[in-house]
Amino acid sequence: MNMKEQVLIKPDGTRLDGRKPNELRPIKMEVGVLEKSDGSAYLEHGGTRVFAAVFGPKEMHPKHLALPSRAVLRLRYHMASFSVEDRKSLGMTRREIELSKVIRQALESVIFLEEFPRSSIDIFAEIVQADGGTRCAAITASSLALADAGIPMLDLLPAVAAGKVGGKVVLDLSDVEDKYGEADMPVAISPRLNAALLFQLNGRLSLGEFDEAWELARQGCSKIYEMQRNALKNRYETYKPEEET
Amino acid sequence: MTAYFSGKEPSFTVKLLHDRVYELLAEDKRLDGRTPMDIRKIDIKTNVIEKAEGSAMVSMGGTRIIAGVKNDIGQPFSDRPNEGVFAVNAELLPLASKSFEAGPPSEQGVELARIVDRSIRESRAIDLEKLCFIPGQKAYVIFLDFYVLDYDGNYFDPAVLAAVAALSTAKLPKYEVVNGQLEKKEETIPISLRTIPVSITIGLIKDKMLVDPSLAEQSSLDTSLVATFDSEGNLCAVQKNSSGYIPLDLMKNILTVAKERTDFIRSRFMELAKVG
Repeated sequence: MNMKEQVLIKPDGTRLDGRKPNELRPIKMEVGVLEKSDGSAYLEHGGTRVFAAVFGPKEMHPKHLALPSRAVLRLRYHMASFSVEDRKSLGMTRREIELSKVIRQALESVIFLEEFPRSSIDIFAEIVQADGGTRCAAITASSLALADAGIPMLDLLPAVAAGKVGGKVVLDLSDVEDKYGEADMPVAISPRLNAALLFQLNGRLSLGEFDEAWELARQGCSKIYEMQRNALKNRYETYKPEEET
Repeated sequence: MTAYFSGKEPSFTVKLLHDRVYELLAEDKRLDGRTPMDIRKIDIKTNVIEKAEGSAMVSMGGTRIIAGVKNDIGQPFSDRPNEGVFAVNAELLPLASKSFEAGPPSEQGVELARIVDRSIRESRAIDLEKLCFIPGQKAYVIFLDFYVLDYDGNYFDPAVLAAVAALSTAKLPKYEVVNGQLEKKEETIPISLRTIPVSITIGLIKDKMLVDPSLAEQSSLDTSLVATFDSEGNLCAVQKNSSGYIPLDLMKNILTVAKERTDFIRSRFMELAKVG
């Protein structure tokens, strides 16, 4: 009943799922998974599963939202009703509205939007199962979908959370660790820009713990970055457009 | 690529402003005569609304917020059966700025409410377990609602101050559990806060930093973030709240500044709000 009694770090120093503090959960990525979109990706990050699809650059609707000097990026982060323990209500919650904003603002700065004046680029990230780290999974997957759509970018954008659970600073919090842990810090870092594009923190960290968590998040992002590059290579190294029949 | 290309239409004047603000920052100056680390004048009035259980009016320069606390009895959330419920709502009133529109909460309004919520909740300022009467059944529901009345940039920091001021002066009707039923008493009880969370908004232009941006400065920034610290110096909430990116080599410096500035604002708050 009482959350404070939830044990998150076992006596041998490992976590509930057997991971070491600096260990990522198993990650699987696939690019080009949805037929009708211009670019798409599917990502499994631990128990979190997300589809991302990109439409565009295309003509902006409604037209009055178009900008003469660049494309407008629109992004919807959304969770399926069955993705969580207690059924999520349909439609957009306040949490989803906020996360759509911060994810959009993370991706906005790696896309060459000024290459596509008057147009829109629409991204949909659908969480079909949530097991912690869904906003980060949405960024990692959306970034792959953008690459799959052939949209020019400064960099791929990997994202992962670090935080503090059971008194220990750890990488890549699971759902239980996020719920009962002390702090959750989702971060997206572009290795090429050497800069943070998403940075949020919920929970208490001393500045010393922050430094430690930040370093874990940075290392986690570089690992996911490599996986992103491999996922794109897997798709395109041997890719031959299907022949018309 | 800088943020002014992505947040909105990069007008020529915004680019000029960006360069001007940067030039000034290089000389430790700002458009309104402040130095980069200066916070605008803070003003705090508490108990401004008698009908509310607690209330405050806070201004930071030209930005003004009114916050009120109301309470109700309700059921704890199923995943937090031993805790009272705390809910935060924000509204960007159309009278505060020509850029705010009436209607359902905008993306900005939702973000503001959630940052204030996080600052208070994650700092564990309110002992929510004390607000529960019968686990899983009856608990206080504390509503903290606030409205932006006048908007001249950076509503995050005055909003957190207004929230803390309203909560720390709030008086809840007292209840007692008698035979499994709640009985309302004549007396009132305070919501005693365990810590004073304070936030600071930091703006970046290239390698330069400024705090508490005014509306004019805000449009010229490459990026910005809001960081909240508790009285003990723990970081308890952060949000990068605009496009653009934060160079990793600036991160340490940003947080050092954020901690020092929140300590300063907290001491001002204690003087002005006259709360324990």
